[in-house]
Amino acid sequence: MRKVMTGHKAVAEAMRQIEPDVVAVYPITPQSEIAEYYADYVHDGIVHTELVPVESEHSAMSACVGAAAAGARVMTATSSQGLALLVEVLYIAAGMRLPIVMALANRSLSAPINIHCDHSDAYLARDAGAFQVFCESAQEVYDYMLIAQRIAEHDKIRLPGIVNLDGFSLTHTSQVVEPLEDAVAKKFVGVFKPVHPLLDVDKPVTWGPFAMPDYYFELKRAQQAAIEEVPTVFLDVQKAFVKTSGRAYAGFVEKYRLDDADRALVVLGSTAGTAKIAVDALRSEGEKVGLLKVWLYRPFPYQAVASALERVKHVAVLDRAISFGAMGALYSDVATSLVRSQVRPALHNYIYGLGGRDITVEQLAEVLVGLEKVHPDEVLRYIGLRE
Amino acid sequence: MPNIKTLAQREEKEVRFTPGHTLCAGCAEPMVVRTVLNAIEEPVVVASPTGCLEVATSRFPGTAWNVPWIHVAFENAGAVISGVEAAYKALTKTGAVKKRIRFVVFGGDGGTYDIGLQALSGALERGHDFLYVCVNNEAYMNTGVQRSSATPRCASATTSPVGDEIPGKPQDRKDLTQIVVGHHVPYVGQAAVSNLIDLANKVERAMKYDGPKFLNVLTTCPLGWRTPRDSAIVQAKLAVETRYWPLYEVIEEKYKINYKPKAHVPVEEWLKTQGRFRHLFRDPQGKERIAEFQAAVDRHWNDLLRKEQCLSGGEAGQG
Repeated sequence: MRKVMTGHKAVAEAMRQIEPDVVAVYPITPQSEIAEYYADYVHDGIVHTELVPVESEHSAMSACVGAAAAGARVMTATSSQGLALLVEVLYIAAGMRLPIVMALANRSLSAPINIHCDHSDAYLARDAGAFQVFCESAQEVYDYMLIAQRIAEHDKIRLPGIVNLDGFSLTHTSQVVEPLEDAVAKKFVGVFKPVHPLLDVDKPVTWGPFAMPDYYFELKRAQQAAIEEVPTVFLDVQKAFVKTSGRAYAGFVEKYRLDDADRALVVLGSTAGTAKIAVDALRSEGEKVGLLKVWLYRPFPYQAVASALERVKHVAVLDRAISFGAMGALYSDVATSLVRSQVRPALHNYIYGLGGRDITVEQLAEVLVGLEKVHPDEVLRYIGLRE
Repeated sequence: MPNIKTLAQREEKEVRFTPGHTLCAGCAEPMVVRTVLNAIEEPVVVASPTGCLEVATSRFPGTAWNVPWIHVAFENAGAVISGVEAAYKALTKTGAVKKRIRFVVFGGDGGTYDIGLQALSGALERGHDFLYVCVNNEAYMNTGVQRSSATPRCASATTSPVGDEIPGKPQDRKDLTQIVVGHHVPYVGQAAVSNLIDLANKVERAMKYDGPKFLNVLTTCPLGWRTPRDSAIVQAKLAVETRYWPLYEVIEEKYKINYKPKAHVPVEEWLKTQGRFRHLFRDPQGKERIAEFQAAVDRHWNDLLRKEQCLSGGEAGQG
């Protein structure tokens, strides 16, 4: 049944259906409403979840790690400074191979403090060992919460996963979402089977030992092997979801009017919606433009990105965060994707939307229209910046 | 109440903490761990923050733990055990877990007094059902004897050295036991490795309660205190006899001092046996500093006597 709901509610609905045993969460704008909706479910007895209203995000992820190692299905959500505070433990969750799914309401990082959207928090978690998905709409947020849960808990993966949703533009805006029926969603996600749980006291295990140079390297290599399995599992789970839901997802990226495009944008998150309008407008004027939207950000789908872009002539990669002292993080990934292509586009890097700065259809159209005239060099360009 | 025999019998039945760890010779930590674990009848799950105990007991691929054990990081043992306990509650509700399981944290003073205080406070306030044992050896021994907020005034540590200007640690130690009392949890106690039966009794009394329980256990570190390796028990005993480390408990907010030394043993007797205080017996101002140290010990002991008198819940408290 189609419903109107915010991105927050879409996350909370998916969580209600997933029904984790433990949710540990700490308030932060623009994530708090996820915690509030879920607290309602717990306090109204709709779910069996133990809610741990922790005293910080660091403790949120720490409690999640404890609960997951104990044998529970666990979830959390955070944003910005909260992600920065808990990122230490996110690395540990990945190292301990714990399937903790976390919604990340994307928000800028201080200083100056700012509560609005950009992707600096997601980029901060980039190398943590969690897989990451970006969403364009509240529907995608709902869908990828379910998909992420099943990927995270897959035997071959057992890693934390992050579902990114842009702060305010997705968290606080109401959109039409069509959730699955409860029974269908529950069946899709399946039952969590813990591995070596602490609570199996008859088979005591040591979780989180320390490893010296004689073992550390091999253990980290094994962790890399696990995240390298994500793409295969992602496609399987996405396919199963498409079959269950009738939604039209296919692959790690969405190619929008890209087949014959000579110019294209590459974006993450809700900006894809704005970009599609810009592409449509220019197409109606005969401009051959397109869009590549990246769903799976970590592990990065290099080959899919390369095959989507290599025949395009000019590509503008849009980063919604500065990687200070370097080119944008998404740009670097796209450049790496294309480095072995025989024919490859001229690449440009644009920084946009920091701290919630609006990005408009006109601005995106402007980037596409003049793109072939821009000299392709390793220079950051800025959209919507007063200089 | 347990005695040495019953504790030994319990260990014979199930060795929860096994030999072969790499704690230093003369370290008092294993005695605390074994005593606490032997004093609990039900199955336990243990968490430890980063520290001596964690490093010396869990070097991959070995382990000294014959009970389920988890280490996550330095500052978060309170939160980790909160998660484990929450999982237990949830999985008991669903029927996936059927046994009664108890939850114990062993954390050093660095991981408890300092970097882990927030996570501990949160766990205490939320009322999780667990026992937190601070294995307190009064400095960051694992990283090389740096001062912590549990380090006593005047003590020499590698980040509070005896220099020409500043002789050792200028500040008083923090009273963590009292901070925990301020959380109004059902059981708070102070114990010492010299009094193992007292420790076992405290664990047994504590485990009768649901909710957070806390024990601050003075645990000698020959390396950091610069004392002989065979003196761990004597050292802790002197700390108790000099009233530097009172053995007491606060059960349902009622105070009880478990041991009142009959003779007034000056704290100097304890200080002079330890290398970390050696400068007090060498420097011209040492006498004055020892007098200040003694005054602080007396003040805290008298405070405790008053609390016992006023907040004992017995006859003395009725007036």
